[in-house]
Amino acid sequence: MNDKNSQKIVDVIKNFARKHSLFVLAYGTGCGAIEIPATMTSRYDAERFGIRGAATPRQADVLLITGYLSTKTLKRVIRTYEQMQDPKYVIGFGSCTINGGMYWDSYNTIKLLDMYLPVDIYINGCMPRPEAVIEGFIGLQKLIAAGKAEGAKKYKENLDWYRANQKKVIKNWVMPDYNW
Amino acid sequence: MMGDIWMTLLGVLVTTLLAFVTGMFYMGASRKITARVQNRVGPPIYQNFLDLIKLQAKDTAIHHGWMQLLGPAFLMVSAVGSLMFIPVLNKGLFFENFTADGDIIFLLYLMVFGSLGMALGAGQTGNPNSAIGVTRGLTQMVGFEIPWVMAIVALILQYHTTNIAEILEAQHRSGVWSMFANPYAFIAALLAAFGMFRYSPFDIVGAPAELASGPVSENGGKFLGTMMSSHAVFAFVKLVLYVDLFMGGADNLVELVIKTFGLYLIPLTYGMVNPRYRTEQAVRYFYGWPTLFGIIAILYAVFY
Ligand code: SF4
Repeated sequence: MNDKNSQKIVDVIKNFARKHSLFVLAYGTGCGAIEIPATMTSRYDAERFGIRGAATPRQADVLLITGYLSTKTLKRVIRTYEQMQDPKYVIGFGSCTINGGMYWDSYNTIKLLDMYLPVDIYINGCMPRPEAVIEGFIGLQKLIAAGKAEGAKKYKENLDWYRANQKKVIKNWVMPDYNW
Repeated sequence: MMGDIWMTLLGVLVTTLLAFVTGMFYMGASRKITARVQNRVGPPIYQNFLDLIKLQAKDTAIHHGWMQLLGPAFLMVSAVGSLMFIPVLNKGLFFENFTADGDIIFLLYLMVFGSLGMALGAGQTGNPNSAIGVTRGLTQMVGFEIPWVMAIVALILQYHTTNIAEILEAQHRSGVWSMFANPYAFIAALLAAFGMFRYSPFDIVGAPAELASGPVSENGGKFLGTMMSSHAVFAFVKLVLYVDLFMGGADNLVELVIKTFGLYLIPLTYGMVNPRYRTEQAVRYFYGWPTLFGIIAILYAVFY
């Protein structure tokens, strides 16, 4: 047993636990948020996959962006994301986070969420049904188990790029620094 | 002498482990049962262990000050500390740890110690939700401590002792559980337990939907993990204390599990069919019937 192998085993265990225990902070930005209660409650029961709601960003693993983001909300979302603890994942939920959806020519919303926050997985649809949401979560679980959900790392490495993008749309940038 | 110390340490370790594992499984079972009541499949019963591993594997870069870092440790110390003074099985079948004269009164203090430490820690985070949660928690504590202490005083008066082991002994000698010997004390203590376990309608401290989980709201990762484990240990502590005081203890571990789990189901199922109280409603609840039963219990113990 050399060190590398034992580290591998530890990683497998950790990733297994991470995969089966996702605390979700559902940031209900757009209309898609209405599908979250349906996903969590009796009919679709996301808790059987270990997915449960978290009350605050400090406790959350997954940030769920449910729909269009106005630039004003984006600022709050960034703050929320940066308060979350590693490892953390972002799910873009609905067409609006992928290409702007039906808000593609709006003056006040962002089009592609990945320019501002590192999205690990998208769920398409306008709006995605609970089946699709669960499918998306399972996709995320597969990424985590394979150790490929590295959005947070990407964010840290390319922070300057992300910050530049964020500051381009958020005019009054008054934000605290986080030591995350 | 040296051997004694090792035995004591072993006892501490084994008892804590037992409490931890049982408590975690009870919490898992409670999630499963709640899910079944809501017509869901629910998470597997070992879900809490997965949650715990994940939480412990998370980075924790939150720092609001020393008291905040110590808060979860206070909870853990209080839970394990109280466990050390409670005989787990009858007649010293299990490790006896530190049972001694007057331990009930000591326990009454020790059991609130964790919450107070946590309250200080939550205060330091500066999160308004935490502050509100703490005030609510302390208010609720003022509520349920009254019938709880009354029930205990009734037992002390009835059996003329403040030692849990002796109360157990007395129940065996008379052959009647104190749950039947002084039913009013049991009812008062049971109603107080609703507040102690903090399931709805008394989950006003955490209240995820309105307070963002209250005192816990700034604690993620390892802090949350520690709190969860201490929660598991403390649930076991409370249940075993109830079984010892009111149900004649247990002769073996199977009996212990049956008794404690049966007891655990009462606040749990009561919570499933209830929404959340407001703070003043909760306090008013405890000052109503539970306190009345507490008074009757003391009178009964004195005059009967
Ligand atoms: S994708 Fe459709 S449902 Fe979702 S936020 Fe955009 S417009 Fe609304």
